[in-house]
Amino acid sequence: MARRVSRRHKWTTTILAWSVAMLIFFPVLWTVQTSFKTEAQAIADPSRFFDAAWTLENYVTVQQRSDYFRHFWNSVVLSVGSTAAGLIMAVPAAWAMAFVPGRRTKSLLLWMLSTRMMPAVGALVPVYLIVRDVGLLDTRLGLVLVLMLGNLPIIIWMLYTYFREVPSEILEAARMDGASLIAEVRTVLLPMALPGLASTCLLNIILTWNEAFWTLNLTAVNAAPLTAFIASYSSPEGLFYAKLSAASTMAIAPILVLGWISQKQLVRGLTFGAVK
Amino acid sequence: MLAPSVTLLFLWMLVPLVLTLYFSTLRYNLLAPGVTAFTGLQNYSYFLSDPAFRTAITNTLVLVSGVLVITVTGGILLALLLDQPMWGQGVVRLLVLAPFFVMPTVSALVWKNMFLNPVNGLFAHLAGALGLQPYDFLAISPLASIIGIVSWQWLPFATLILLTALQSLDRDQVEAAEMDGAAASARFRFIVLPHLARPITVVILMETIFLLSIFAEILVTTNGGPGIASTNLTYLVYAETLLRFDVGTGSAGAVVAIVLANIVAMFLVRMIGKNLAA
Repeated sequence: MARRVSRRHKWTTTILAWSVAMLIFFPVLWTVQTSFKTEAQAIADPSRFFDAAWTLENYVTVQQRSDYFRHFWNSVVLSVGSTAAGLIMAVPAAWAMAFVPGRRTKSLLLWMLSTRMMPAVGALVPVYLIVRDVGLLDTRLGLVLVLMLGNLPIIIWMLYTYFREVPSEILEAARMDGASLIAEVRTVLLPMALPGLASTCLLNIILTWNEAFWTLNLTAVNAAPLTAFIASYSSPEGLFYAKLSAASTMAIAPILVLGWISQKQLVRGLTFGAVK
Repeated sequence: MLAPSVTLLFLWMLVPLVLTLYFSTLRYNLLAPGVTAFTGLQNYSYFLSDPAFRTAITNTLVLVSGVLVITVTGGILLALLLDQPMWGQGVVRLLVLAPFFVMPTVSALVWKNMFLNPVNGLFAHLAGALGLQPYDFLAISPLASIIGIVSWQWLPFATLILLTALQSLDRDQVEAAEMDGAAASARFRFIVLPHLARPITVVILMETIFLLSIFAEILVTTNGGPGIASTNLTYLVYAETLLRFDVGTGSAGAVVAIVLANIVAMFLVRMIGKNLAA
């Protein structure tokens, strides 16, 4: 008897949860589906939802019209570049705070966190002028640097929480065996913290990929990533639903997949370890 | 070991801050280079007495609190639902999470054109099917529409965090309460909700930090309009600086934004700091 009740309970929650989930996911689904329609089908009555021509024409047009691959490449360079640069800066700092903590480590960590909370707009004018004056406006290098600085606190924090879970005895043992500091970090610490390292990279890539303040304000043509590529479709001449959908699908698909893969580690990174 | 990162972050924080403070005391327009002059606090009095400032502050607060109410309430309900036993839980989780990974410019454009457009949008079609007049969301209630769009993006965040917290809840305690005859509402009120208190605070503070500086969604959907009906503080500073090229006034606005964000950040940092000791 009890089992039958819980079975019915399970059915109810399953149906309810799937309905809510589909409702939330619907805009994404609708966009992907529209990208395979003709323009006429795209603005037709939504009751003909399933009338899709399953054409790839929109994708071809979008590529020809606004060169998707160049923007895609810029997004890749920006997110991977700023993540790599951030890691190089963050590993030594996180190592020091995790294994040689001092009196001020805690306040230092919190101070780093607080720099992340500065509203970007507060730094807009000086950063814009500095980047312009050193000739890095609309260059990938300029953006890699700015985005790296913006996300450095998150990288350090995540690495710090992962490093702290590595027992320091193992590092000491390596040192006893005569490993140099660099060998100790490279052959013992980093391999042991590899899962943490990977999820730090993933989260940072996702954040950079979707970053839409600096990428919109510091680029024009050359360094424009996908955020700017999509924003160019907001002008009236770009108002074709099927093509807009194709462009949107191409902009979000790579990161949606990455995000789904890394969802388990996301919580920890996004809350600075406050929720695990 | 610490030096490179700390130095960089220090410069990253200090240089823009000092320059912004400095610019905010100047008459400085990018269209008229060379004629900068010290004006004291004139930019502040100009910015703060501008009616647009009042509107922008109100809009910022309405935007932040509107999204917070929707995402936190929705997030609690969704987390409770997703925590129940069901078939295909993993897939449901992925579907619910998806909007969080959609870049802001994409979600703004998709909502603006394919859902809210008064002629060809899905909602206009639905209204037509029900025999109602289509509603021009972004023209008539721009701020509410933006709240809707942003809530769609942030609901997954709240849900994910609260669901993670729920899953660490001690099941025995809930079962014991159940055996003692506590009703579902009482179990929620006295066991689940207190357990969620901290994650909820974290969600509120984290979201506030991000929501105070909402930019792309406004830029793409309404450009802050009609008029200034959907201009928030971030957008106002952007408009002063990069549309009107008035660096002085823009900087004064930026300082105001920094002060506001710092008030929120103080609470958040203190909370995370407490957690760090454990």
